[in-house]
Amino acid sequence: MDALTLARIQFAFTVGYHFIFVPISIGVGMMVVLSERRYYKSGIPADRAASNFWIKLFTATFAIGVATGITMEFAFGTNWANYSRFVGNIFGAPLAAEGLIAFFLESTFLGILLFGRKKVSKGFYYVSAWLVWIGSLLSALWILIANSWMQTPAGYKIENGKAILTSFWGAALNPSIGPRYFHTVAAALLTGCFVVAGVCAYYMLKKKHLQFARQAIIWAASVGLILAIAMPFLGHWGALVVAEHQPVKMAAFENVTDTEDGATLWLVGWLTKESDGTYDTHGIGIPNGLSLILHLNPDARVTGYTDVPLADRPPIQATFQSYHAMIALGIFFGLVLLVTVLLHILKRLENARWLLWVLIACIPLSLLAINLGWMAAEVGRQPWVVQGLMRTSDGVSPLVSSGQIWTTLGLFGLIYLVLFVAWLRIFVGIIKKGPEDTAEMLEAEKGIAPAPAGAGR
Amino acid sequence: MTLANIWFFLVAVLLTVYVILDGFDLGAGVLYPFIAKGEDEKGVIRAAIGPFWDGNEVWLLTGAGAIFAAFPMVYAMTFSGFYLAIMLVLFGLIIRAVSLAFRHRDGSWSAVWDGAFFLGSLVPALLVGVALGNVIRGVPMDAQGNYIGTFWQLLNPYSLLVGVTGLCLLVQHGAAWLSIKSEGELHDRAWRYRKVSFWICAVLAVATSLATILTVSRASDNVFGRPVGWLFVVVFLAGVLYTIWQLFKADGALRSFVGSAIIIIGLAGIAAVGNFPDMVPARGTPAATSLTVTRAASGHLTLLVMLILAIVFVPVVLIYTALIYKTFWGKTKAGDADY
Repeated sequence: MDALTLARIQFAFTVGYHFIFVPISIGVGMMVVLSERRYYKSGIPADRAASNFWIKLFTATFAIGVATGITMEFAFGTNWANYSRFVGNIFGAPLAAEGLIAFFLESTFLGILLFGRKKVSKGFYYVSAWLVWIGSLLSALWILIANSWMQTPAGYKIENGKAILTSFWGAALNPSIGPRYFHTVAAALLTGCFVVAGVCAYYMLKKKHLQFARQAIIWAASVGLILAIAMPFLGHWGALVVAEHQPVKMAAFENVTDTEDGATLWLVGWLTKESDGTYDTHGIGIPNGLSLILHLNPDARVTGYTDVPLADRPPIQATFQSYHAMIALGIFFGLVLLVTVLLHILKRLENARWLLWVLIACIPLSLLAINLGWMAAEVGRQPWVVQGLMRTSDGVSPLVSSGQIWTTLGLFGLIYLVLFVAWLRIFVGIIKKGPEDTAEMLEAEKGIAPAPAGAGR
Repeated sequence: MTLANIWFFLVAVLLTVYVILDGFDLGAGVLYPFIAKGEDEKGVIRAAIGPFWDGNEVWLLTGAGAIFAAFPMVYAMTFSGFYLAIMLVLFGLIIRAVSLAFRHRDGSWSAVWDGAFFLGSLVPALLVGVALGNVIRGVPMDAQGNYIGTFWQLLNPYSLLVGVTGLCLLVQHGAAWLSIKSEGELHDRAWRYRKVSFWICAVLAVATSLATILTVSRASDNVFGRPVGWLFVVVFLAGVLYTIWQLFKADGALRSFVGSAIIIIGLAGIAAVGNFPDMVPARGTPAATSLTVTRAASGHLTLLVMLILAIVFVPVVLIYTALIYKTFWGKTKAGDADY
């Protein structure tokens, strides 16, 4: 394989891997804040045990998320040197800002969460939980500013073959940052809700830690339901921006071949390739639906991808399928959460074992959905690394050989596999152990240790 | 003083703070398998750096981000040119971060995580110095600013000497930190390591200085030809003398750590003055291929925006960094790792 293909595989693999842990961190981070708030107000050991439990899940995941995040900051330089030279003026600044504003905040106060329970006051500890979570949200903001600039570049001019910043706010608040930030963060929080709900469902199935599970599951399911209802609107906002600024990507999402008045909205479909490089859709669709939702007019014109030459089109099948699978999963999640909340109201949730299993399955499914969304966004932008300005193939490091990339790709594969197995063991281990037994904690606090046999005064 | 020059200075400051702060926890990681006897002492070492190391490492990430933003050509050349070395540093940082987080939760794999912590500390501590050696010595580049040498050329004797010196510098720095944070036998052992590693480092530093004067005359001419170069030489020597003085005192751990930090500031200043106005000088290719501060710098607005961000946020970062050091100040106990 050539160096370009290998560099792409390496980037996709390492970012996709990183993007397993980030949504869990952001989502469970919200749970940490809420449970710590509860303990801050009540001060009872049971609430502290619950909070400690989420902190353990959070920190184990956060660590691997941080570690694999460093890869990206290095990868732009190692594998995409031409890209870095071209965009460094604009793209580097958000990365530096992410370090300065977000990473320091997260990592410093993570130290308090990990080591500070006995050292700092309850209030300080609670504030630290907030700061770590805010740090993770700011981190997401800066990296999405950088990424959104690649989708919808703004606030720049091209000079001597380089993109030069002309307006900081123009570049930072580029057209797609709004919908892309809120859509991504909402998806991460939804993933977190499914982690929480799935853990609680597991305890309900095992009939363990029931008090703890009942408390947390309804919280997770109701917040999750709100997010799942908001998601189509956030997604729609994003789609409108894509249709306006990246019409070829929109065309790939729905396989609009030729520009037409009254384009179809597909619910599900399979594409077959035609001799001229276009695709035919076989599936269930709503005639004129795409025109209607994009322009509120069933006969509105939608750009097709044959408007641009073959070399400027993304891989249609992959874009179409990842986009539609993401939406299908999103609808499924909404229904699952709706049923969960209804059954809770009817007090029949704990007997609905099938639903508890579905909730557990939703943990990996929500991670799949968020990764599919990322694929749709990034594959749909191809062949551009910066929309309309630089092709991915022109961004690669010109003198890094395929042999070098094979070496590092192999090491990434090996190390990441070991880390994944380790993380999964630890994550599942924490869940199996469950929150600390509060009666024991109470006794330990009073200093009443069980007297050893035969010991007497 | 142009904005680009200010950013050259700021990048040097960021990386110097990185070496002072992450240096002690990298050094502690290299010492970890040798200095700790038994599970309790291992726990003390991990807890002695536990609340700090992650924040310390962010200075590197921010420094790398600042180089990317302020000097994209330098970022692109070094990271792609030193490809395998940079990737090994990356793998080191990854396994190290995860090992520290997982070791505590995962008794059955403790040997794996101990090994990962050691290797993940050793490889960056060594290779960052080797990279610095090459940056001082200069590398062959083409007109676009790509490194055109081979991987093996990076492992030249001079750069390896700088790498080993840097490793030793961090080890004595880490031993000083462990002497501050530990008690009893572990403290006595750490203090012995601290003295021995300091003297080895001193010998290596003399060798590196001579090698620089003899083989990289551009750098030594820059240092000795400029008042600010002499200033950093004086800072460096003052740090050395202060550290030696403290090494002969029984309670000199903290002050010898400060001395070590002064040494690092002096050395970093010498290296920066030695290279300026080049960021990466050309070696074996025309002088025009050198990445100078002016040639490599980003546009005016980028540098200005970044400067404003730095002026606003660096003080904030310093405040809460000080807060966390204050919170976890004092001797580390074996039980402190039990979160």
